[in-house]
Amino acid sequence: MAVKKKSAIKKTAKKAAKKTVKKVTKKPVKTTAPKKNIKKTAPKAKKAVAKAVNTQKSLEVSLIELIKQTSAVLPDDVQKVILEALEREEKNTTAEYAMNIIKANIELAKKKSQPLCQDTGTILFYIDHPVNFDQNKFTAQIKKAVVKATELGYLRQNSVDSLTGENSGMNVGPGHPSIHYHQHNKKTVEVKLMLKGGGCENVGAQYSLPETRMEAGRDLNGVRKVILDAVHKAQGKGCGPGVLGICIGGDRGAGYIESKEQLLRKLDDKNSIPELALLEQEIVETSNKLGIGPMGFGGKTTLLGCKIGVLNRLPASFFVSISYMCWAFRRQGVELGSNNQIKKWLY
Amino acid sequence: MKKLDYPFSHEAVRELKVGDMVLISGKIFTGRDAVHKRLHDGVKPPVDLNNQIIYHCGPVILQDKKTKEYKVTAAGPTTSIREEPYQADVMKDYGIVGVIGKGGMGPKTLQGCKDYGCVYFHAIGGAAQVLAEKINSVDAVYWQDLGSPEAIWELSVTDFPVVVTMDAHGNSLHAKVQASSEAELKKALE
Repeated sequence: MAVKKKSAIKKTAKKAAKKTVKKVTKKPVKTTAPKKNIKKTAPKAKKAVAKAVNTQKSLEVSLIELIKQTSAVLPDDVQKVILEALEREEKNTTAEYAMNIIKANIELAKKKSQPLCQDTGTILFYIDHPVNFDQNKFTAQIKKAVVKATELGYLRQNSVDSLTGENSGMNVGPGHPSIHYHQHNKKTVEVKLMLKGGGCENVGAQYSLPETRMEAGRDLNGVRKVILDAVHKAQGKGCGPGVLGICIGGDRGAGYIESKEQLLRKLDDKNSIPELALLEQEIVETSNKLGIGPMGFGGKTTLLGCKIGVLNRLPASFFVSISYMCWAFRRQGVELGSNNQIKKWLY
Repeated sequence: MKKLDYPFSHEAVRELKVGDMVLISGKIFTGRDAVHKRLHDGVKPPVDLNNQIIYHCGPVILQDKKTKEYKVTAAGPTTSIREEPYQADVMKDYGIVGVIGKGGMGPKTLQGCKDYGCVYFHAIGGAAQVLAEKINSVDAVYWQDLGSPEAIWELSVTDFPVVVTMDAHGNSLHAKVQASSEAELKKALE
């Protein structure tokens, strides 16, 4: 897979390079300055302009490639747990049938380079960047890439004005795409992308502890109870088997944001907080005993994973925020090189 | 694996039971939120829905600029429960034999299935590519004023894979799994 990706990148990069060359060579013609003057001052200025245009163009190409790959190809860690889930289901059951169709769909979308699921979801970008990084410029580039990717059919026209019901057709508008910046101490720029469909977003939940109905107190046992309650409430409606991203604490807003960021963790990593590592494992095991199964048909795999983070809270509040991700767990990431070309894939 | 071939009939779907894996071949009509609301409001359907199947789906459809032919590029099911207020009446008023969707439906629709000899077929959510491959052709489109995803698309399918999760005899896999998983949840919380 890695080989394929590289060649695809090279191709698109070459195309972009060709285009930018054309553009740059055209530019001097447009200037009104006398020819002599251009000849004298051009080399340096031309080089600088070419470099700026080049890196900007390659950023657009890199971002579109990231969107395309995210929409069509599931990351290796997710594919691995889906295949394991298929193995676990009993033969000739509706659960096995569902998992087989899911497997075929993953292969077909990759082969055709087309969206795995027609709901290409909320477009969530997470950018880790060095000090002195121009976020405004980067945001503009992301929006441009999203519009282009929508035109190319990698993304569905998925952004609706909540008051008028009008679809912008471009996936750009208030809150769309959703972009989150983090400054880090490294020199690199890392761009992660997650596409999260509406069906699974709708079964997310936020609990405020203590929860009297379930007798869930303000401790890890209470946290466990409400998480299992959310899994049960979701049944198959979130296109299970799914993955949970959870945040303990925070205010309501921060809790949901952190719960989604937990989904950026690789499925096979281990929580550095031992109690949470244990809880993550136990939630998956217990959920799978509930027998909800793929699509809610009944079966052995209800959850493919669970990731829990923690934020401080106010003495008066204790929120548990739960984001449910469907089996079509579309997330990818890239590290950009100094010229904004894709240097490395992160998942 | 069972097969259900066009033309469909109430007799044929009454034979189906919860848990049956079925391959549907023939004609199906897409219809989601706006179509159900309009039908429920009493607007006459643009095509005779008697003995037909409605698919809860907002497909991604491209039109060839030269030939004007339509092609389905992604066509997974959408969440069915939003049609719960309308579905049973649509079954009664227009004589459909079944619906295809995802996530299951509630008691009103289950009663409708029983009263009017209908079945709820569950397609695999998210499997947009596999399901689009089973569509041979787009034969017609109606009510395009509702917008492309909400219009009625008449599709020809071969071996479209579904599971019966609500049958015409009052059985619902969703109600069953809900109850059994609740019992397990109680045990886990003890």
